[in-house]
Amino acid sequence: MSFDNAYEAITEQNDTRWAFGTGFADPLTGVDTTVPAGVGAADLALYSLMLGDDALIMSHRLQQWCANAPELEDEVALANIALDLLGQARLLLSRAAAADGGGRSGRGEEGRGEDWYAFFRAEHEFRNVRLAELERGDFGELIARLVVFSTWRLAVAQRLGSSRDPVLAAVAAKAVKEITYHRDYAAQWLVRLGDGTQFSRERAQAGLAAIWPYVPELFTAHEVERRLAACGAGVDPAGVRGEFDGVLAAVLSAATLEVPDVAPRAGVAGRTGRHGVHTEAMGDLLAELQSVARADPGATW
Amino acid sequence: MVTASTRDAGGAPDAGGAAVSARAVAETVTDPELPMLTLADLGVLREVSEAGGTVIVSITPTYTGCPAMDAMRDDLVRALHGAGFPDVEVRAVLRPAWSTDWISAAGRRKLAAAGIAPPRAAPLPVTGPIPLTLGPPARPVRCPHCGSAQTRLVSYFGATACRSLHRCGACQEPFEHVKEI
Repeated sequence: MSFDNAYEAITEQNDTRWAFGTGFADPLTGVDTTVPAGVGAADLALYSLMLGDDALIMSHRLQQWCANAPELEDEVALANIALDLLGQARLLLSRAAAADGGGRSGRGEEGRGEDWYAFFRAEHEFRNVRLAELERGDFGELIARLVVFSTWRLAVAQRLGSSRDPVLAAVAAKAVKEITYHRDYAAQWLVRLGDGTQFSRERAQAGLAAIWPYVPELFTAHEVERRLAACGAGVDPAGVRGEFDGVLAAVLSAATLEVPDVAPRAGVAGRTGRHGVHTEAMGDLLAELQSVARADPGATW
Repeated sequence: MVTASTRDAGGAPDAGGAAVSARAVAETVTDPELPMLTLADLGVLREVSEAGGTVIVSITPTYTGCPAMDAMRDDLVRALHGAGFPDVEVRAVLRPAWSTDWISAAGRRKLAAAGIAPPRAAPLPVTGPIPLTLGPPARPVRCPHCGSAQTRLVSYFGATACRSLHRCGACQEPFEHVKEI
């Protein structure tokens, strides 16, 4: 396992250490995925997809920063955050698959695991909030988005740690540790940009303005989220608004930035990301995310 | 089922012979990213048991996205096959979540010897909102090369999910640190 040079390392025969392609072991192997009594299996599956899709789509946007970040350290940081979110997505999509066993036909005899959910669903079947999918902007927009996303997700995950579903509780408890670092990273950058030069401050403020219309959606519970919260398995995001506002006030104050005064971006007849109604950016994102797997649906590599 | 966990290893040597010797093999498998540590040092090896001729190894992910998990599975299966256990199953245990507090004392010494600053105590779970850190970390990491506490955090994120990047103000050397989770 030690090599004289990188070429030897990547050309090693029968190497199983490289993390790409499909064909990973199910991350829930050996975990009891029985749906707890009193929790609807279909609701639990859909709720797991919502949280999993948030992570998957945000991770994809972060991955697009590879080779585009301002410094090597930030390149590495964004890739790490994307990797943590991808890991959360894998567990949550696998949780959805286990709760939703059977039903619609899968992609073959292996059935529907995490890959099926990531690569073979259509746009309207993705339940992520629209904030995650928005077109990649500049670094100011990225940092504003990451502060908002991490603060919101951390507050939800912390409460989800006491879910009646032991799988969701375990995934959330681990996610809390990871997202705490994501939020600190993003918040420290927002302070640096906002309290930096005139130019960086303008970009940070513009970044906040670009994403702020999508903030109210984060706290608008879908009926499935309300039902899951009512039976103790999920979290009603409306309940974390106060904590979110408190954290954002502290960060923005240190950054000498202001809460943007912009109108919320409405959905279609009140339907937004949680209902599968997305922005124009989502189609392009999914085309990139899914095209290789769809080109040869049976392939494992 | 026969079990050999860290707590009761050797507790039932006759009945648990297979589990105990399988555990001894599993404990020698090293982490693919931190090869100076065994999976036992790292605290990811939770339990080795044997049921109906199948060795069942339970491991806990360090970070949820850590690709080393798949490598650990493969390495465990290969090592146990090589030691004469043909049927091996590797299971994930998600609760409680892995913490750097589970890295053994020997593991910490090996990290330091390899120039990687070992983790301090992980932050305690909080009941209210998780505190936000906007300034430099309150507890500087000691330089693994010269021992100075005059170090600076370069980045929370390093070459692997578990490491952060630092620089020593005394000896000027950059170093990595296994960050606390």
